[in-house]
Amino acid sequence: MASWQWFHRLGSPKWLSGTIDRWLPWVLGLGSVLLLVSAIWGLAFTPPDYKQGNSFRIIYIHVPTAIVALAAYYVMAIAGAVSIIWRMKVADMALRAIAPVGAALTFLALVTGAIWGKPTWGAYWIWQDARLTSMLLLFFLYLGIMALHDAYQNSASGNRAAAIMSLVGTVNIPIIYKSVDWWSSLHQPATLKFTEESTIATEMLQPLMLAIPGAYLFFIAAVMMQLRVQIARNEKNTRWMAERAAQ
Amino acid sequence: MSSNKPQAEAALFVAFNALLIRDLHVYFRSRGTWLNPLVFVLMVITLFTLGIGPDPSALSNHASGIIWVVALLGIMLSLDALFRADFDDGSLEQLLLSPQPLYLAVLAKVLAHWFITGLPIVLASPLYSLMLGIPADVIPVLALGLLVGSGILSFIGAIGASLTVSLRSGGLLIALLTLPLYVPAIIFGSQFVQSAIEGWPLMPTFSMLLGLLIGAIVLAPIAIIGGLRLSQDT
Repeated sequence: MASWQWFHRLGSPKWLSGTIDRWLPWVLGLGSVLLLVSAIWGLAFTPPDYKQGNSFRIIYIHVPTAIVALAAYYVMAIAGAVSIIWRMKVADMALRAIAPVGAALTFLALVTGAIWGKPTWGAYWIWQDARLTSMLLLFFLYLGIMALHDAYQNSASGNRAAAIMSLVGTVNIPIIYKSVDWWSSLHQPATLKFTEESTIATEMLQPLMLAIPGAYLFFIAAVMMQLRVQIARNEKNTRWMAERAAQ
Repeated sequence: MSSNKPQAEAALFVAFNALLIRDLHVYFRSRGTWLNPLVFVLMVITLFTLGIGPDPSALSNHASGIIWVVALLGIMLSLDALFRADFDDGSLEQLLLSPQPLYLAVLAKVLAHWFITGLPIVLASPLYSLMLGIPADVIPVLALGLLVGSGILSFIGAIGASLTVSLRSGGLLIALLTLPLYVPAIIFGSQFVQSAIEGWPLMPTFSMLLGLLIGAIVLAPIAIIGGLRLSQDT
């Protein structure tokens, strides 16, 4: 089963720790460069929007964080599924590592969305926008999973509970999103729909195409750093960790 | 072998019925279990009217939302008791060890709990609909929506209850876990009442509520079983 070797290797905290050490500078470096270039390009060199003026430029933070925040939940749920099915220690650590990063990104997406809402809609918070409301619910799901983790004295049980909860959330996210969409469209005709994303001009889209992979890389780097802490905490009594610390 | 099969099937439902009847007996003997959520719902609705003000039109405008949120809170707060006593006295462990399928056992336990907490809230709904000035011809619709919706709330909430049963302080954590999952139920539930008040067609929202209930009955026990199994690890 040579094809499964990568998967079995992934289960070894020692191998993973070494891999993180090797990859982290590259991921973090490339991610930072992409984010920096796209931010400068987006803030200084793209033309202002004909309707929103300069306020649209927050799109280069808002859209990447929102996309990655949602993707992070699914990555976390996959880690939860792996933890339940194969009982891999590393999957539990990954779940623990992703939750705070995902919650922080969701929070950032909410804050930037509210800041963007003020000049465009005239209010920081508009319930009519289904995406804003479902992001808030996603934030609550993250917080619930983190609270569940912390509530258990026994970390093995806490990991299992969080894994089950993350899978329950996965089933529910599409239902929640659809129902919020239905709810907001029924209360208010879609006059405030954002259409920038689909009708966005190419000059505005190019920096965004850099910012999205940049945000993904930044997310991976942040999870790697969190994961390294989790590994150090869980494996502190092993011999390889003692050897590594002695170096 | 073939002659044993009907017997085995019959035995499944014997266990289901036995557990259902046993739980109902336990609940009926402690009056607080079924009375407290009901009293809680009536009290919170009274507080809502005091907070909003006595103006009947303002009250009836918000009535469907208030009733649904309050019913949701009443059911959610009672959920901590769903597995707690069985966990404390060890009968939950015996249930997990028994050869009967856990799926049916979980269904029986949640159903018994719904009979005691969800159903009284549904049956009392005409009373607090009148308190909030909901038109009399809408009350049956509200009760029907609550009947389906309280089932959704019980099954989804039981996931939170099973995940927190081995923790000393589970109450607030259940709320944190289940409230985001309750969003679809409350949206379609209060929409159902609103549709009846406005004279819109009822079937779309009702079929959504039924669909949510079916999904919850089929899928929630899987997560509940996982939660109950891990409660025995600690």
